[in-house]
Amino acid sequence: MSITFGVVVFPGSNCDHDAFHAAHDVLKQNAEFLWHKDSSLKGVDVVVLPGGFAHGDYLRTGAIARFSPIMPAIQEFARSGGPVIGICNGFQVLLESGLLPGAMLRNRDLKFHCEHVTVCVEQTDTPFTAGASRGQRLRLPIAHGEGNYYAEPDVIRALEAERRVIFRYCDAVGAVSAAANPNGAVNNIAGICNESRNVVGLMPHPERACEATLGSADGLVMFESVLASLAHTT
Amino acid sequence: MKARVFVTLKKSVFDPQGKTIQDALHSLGYTGVGDVRQGKYFELELNAPDADTAKTLASEVADKVLANPVIESYRVEVE
Repeated sequence: MSITFGVVVFPGSNCDHDAFHAAHDVLKQNAEFLWHKDSSLKGVDVVVLPGGFAHGDYLRTGAIARFSPIMPAIQEFARSGGPVIGICNGFQVLLESGLLPGAMLRNRDLKFHCEHVTVCVEQTDTPFTAGASRGQRLRLPIAHGEGNYYAEPDVIRALEAERRVIFRYCDAVGAVSAAANPNGAVNNIAGICNESRNVVGLMPHPERACEATLGSADGLVMFESVLASLAHTT
Repeated sequence: MKARVFVTLKKSVFDPQGKTIQDALHSLGYTGVGDVRQGKYFELELNAPDADTAKTLASEVADKVLANPVIESYRVEVE
């Protein structure tokens, strides 16, 4: 069976083609671009909010994209259990739209970080990590100036208690340390999920790490996971 | 009517830009400068009959769009 990935395109998205390539050319599945002014998701099985600088990141990252005409359809898709992934700027859009809790602050050192980092897979009961193993380390690129995840202490406590931290920045042997945290994110949080676990947001770019020729193929497991999850449920 | 909206990070949220500016001021010899917090300032031209309506409208806009209540607070002035 094959599934269809819907990659949302905002003005200023710049990882939309990377996500399309990972789904279509590497995973050999169907992929479609969804323009932000569309109001329908055209029957796609997975929604990808890609990285970039939607609407120039004016006001705040994701703040304008959140009001795009396509967002109500994405909210509805998420509510009905459809798998949604927000990568980098897509994660920021999910935060601004309230699909995930918290907000992004400027990186602790005010620098734009463009490098490979290691993240640890903390939980595998999401459609995007089901094929990974708990504690598995993924080598993924990051490219952001505002990835310093923040939420009120009670929100962080709830995320931890409900096992909704899905990825944490760690070192090469899997230790979660301050030195391995590129941006100052609370508890080294690199990615989280919603209460029903079908909406996942993360700052690193798995779609840019799906082929060895790009330096890492560790991100492919996330695309394979959602493919297997959907095959399992249909 | 005109409204001015000031958006700042909440007191509980670390402001790395403000801290960097503070450090720069200290290195320039302005040791009398204490904590620095950076924020955003908006001027809104409003079509509103009176100050109360204008303030309500500006507050709604600030709450919904201009500020992110997770990390920011805002103050509205109307003239």
